[in-house]
Amino acid sequence: MTITTTKANSRKPWDATDSVYRNQQLLVHVGTPLLAALVVSLTGIRGGSGLFCTWLVLHLITGALLAKFGRRKYSIANSSMQVLLVASLIIFVTAAMSVLLPVFTKGIAAFSSNLLFQDASTVEPDSVLTTGGILHAIVGTAIIVLFASIISIPFGILAALYVTEVRGRLTPYVRFFVQAMSGVPSIVAGLFVYAALIVSGILPFSGLSGAIALSILMLPTVARTAEEVLLLVPDDLRSAALALGATQRKVVRMVVLPSAGPGLVTASILGIARITGETAPLLLTAFGATTLNANPFNEPMSALPIYIFTQMLLGGENDVARAWFACMVLMIMVGLLFGTARFLVSRSGLK
Amino acid sequence: MTSTLELEPTPQAITVLRTKGDRIFRGILIFGGLVSFLVLAGIFGYLAQSAAPVLQAFGFQFFTDSSWYAGDGLLPSEGSIDPPTFGILPMLWGSILIAIISVGIALPLGVGIALSIVYLIPKRTVFGFTLFIDLIAAIPSIVFGLWGFFVLVPHGILWAEWLNEKLGFIPIFSVQFPAFEQSPFMAGLVLAIMITPIVAVVTRQIFALVPPDLINAAQALGGSRWTIIRDVVLPFSRGGIIGGAMLGLGRALGETVAVFFVLQLFFDEVNWYRILESSGGSVASLIIAKFGEAGALEISALFAAGLALFVITLLANAAASLLVNSSKAKK
Repeated sequence: MTITTTKANSRKPWDATDSVYRNQQLLVHVGTPLLAALVVSLTGIRGGSGLFCTWLVLHLITGALLAKFGRRKYSIANSSMQVLLVASLIIFVTAAMSVLLPVFTKGIAAFSSNLLFQDASTVEPDSVLTTGGILHAIVGTAIIVLFASIISIPFGILAALYVTEVRGRLTPYVRFFVQAMSGVPSIVAGLFVYAALIVSGILPFSGLSGAIALSILMLPTVARTAEEVLLLVPDDLRSAALALGATQRKVVRMVVLPSAGPGLVTASILGIARITGETAPLLLTAFGATTLNANPFNEPMSALPIYIFTQMLLGGENDVARAWFACMVLMIMVGLLFGTARFLVSRSGLK
Repeated sequence: MTSTLELEPTPQAITVLRTKGDRIFRGILIFGGLVSFLVLAGIFGYLAQSAAPVLQAFGFQFFTDSSWYAGDGLLPSEGSIDPPTFGILPMLWGSILIAIISVGIALPLGVGIALSIVYLIPKRTVFGFTLFIDLIAAIPSIVFGLWGFFVLVPHGILWAEWLNEKLGFIPIFSVQFPAFEQSPFMAGLVLAIMITPIVAVVTRQIFALVPPDLINAAQALGGSRWTIIRDVVLPFSRGGIIGGAMLGLGRALGETVAVFFVLQLFFDEVNWYRILESSGGSVASLIIAKFGEAGALEISALFAAGLALFVITLLANAAASLLVNSSKAKK
């Protein structure tokens, strides 16, 4: 009597995959893309999207065949789902890389040092890239973001403190309105500031008007993240402080805020990252300028997003090259803010 | 004897007399909590007030007419010789059409990505990949505007031509004029890539809430990956997925500069369904396009358009947050 056994995986006896199964999997999942490439090179199908579609169809078929006739049988729906999930990853990653890569390749191609250290007052319609620059836009963005932060960070943290400390009857409504506020379209925030402050003559087109418009967009981000952070402060700490006779004001100032400190910084940075690239509200409030203006209270002010927008409207070859460079600077700023926030998050144990 | 046993501790309500400082402090916090409400009310009030001249003159027709003509900027009652007409139906419908296209693409894509993160890609790469998605979600919209115009459109034209050639018999892919550069389809593609990360992040959070017991039980009953996803994960998180899609919808409705360069605005007729045609509408783009050279009455019309946009996005977002929260609360 002979007992035939398939050679089981010796290191994981419970794992039913044997070498035949693994070789079949390998053959299908590596072979199909190669087959698709072959088909594309032999037929009239062209382009990356043609290759992708060919691969998708072929892999759905080969996956189904493997499921039906392979070493281990499973449903065709199962294999199709896996292929479609991989396809969704490929589409997203390709699209995302096609956004990120040109920003850096075209941005670096346009680089010359004057772009960082001059404003655009000397730029004529067809000036070469070695005249003028985006200093005015960088300074403008910095000032506008600074003022927007000064306005919205305190209010955002206050709103979060209301939810976590006062815990009054209004809590669900406060949460709801903060969420609703995070959905306000950016252009509407711009219109609001234009109607409320600029038309009524309280403020001119200026950096401060832009900052107020952006603070409307920033506040909900700060408030929601700050709320998550403050909820992480253990209630025991609050009770202990109250039991020692502290007033609520002292509890918040001496216990809650210090222990949530790094998280609140994260909340603020995420808020800043959210608004640094906002364009539409600034077009209606800060309005844009070609010269360096460091006074946020008067005169229109430029910012990187406005600069990119107007350069695109101009549309000349050098204008667009400058726009790509400004895009790269903007992306680096947002990336740095984002990286800092994530670094602080990973250290504070916040989810 | 028994009397000593009756002295069990019972919970007592403690009334705290707050100090004056504390009451002021709580007042400040309550004010902070109400700021968002005040801002929302302020936005509504100021927009309504500024939109009043146009809304009074044109009434509800402002939302159902198709035209945008500034004329001499005077109302007929003010003795206008060249009366202006404003109607934003093409823009309103355009915004909604673009948002539907983008969600139609981003929803399957986002759910696919979320499922991949949870069930497909190696655990070691999950952290890096979610970081990547978060980063894409943080890309400013103006960058997408630049990308859409210079990178996407050259490819998108080919796709649109192909769709029109092969599937032109389906009404939505038919065109009256074969120009594909600035169509609702193009704008929808740009927005789809913008909101896919949002949908993916929200759905992934919801998937993470599916009780592991349910999944283990399904596995023990012999469920495959597909049947577990179909019968356990998706039904459990349906509300959250719809909520994520609505969040994306709200973002897509209000987006301005990413759409501005890839959409031809057409004011005189509603493009109901021809998504490949170079004529569409977007309320936000309308505001940016007309703001610079608008007279007083036209500005008022722009405010009315902004008010409509504000109300629509508010409704979409309110529905979204209700769905997401109720789905989270099910845990």
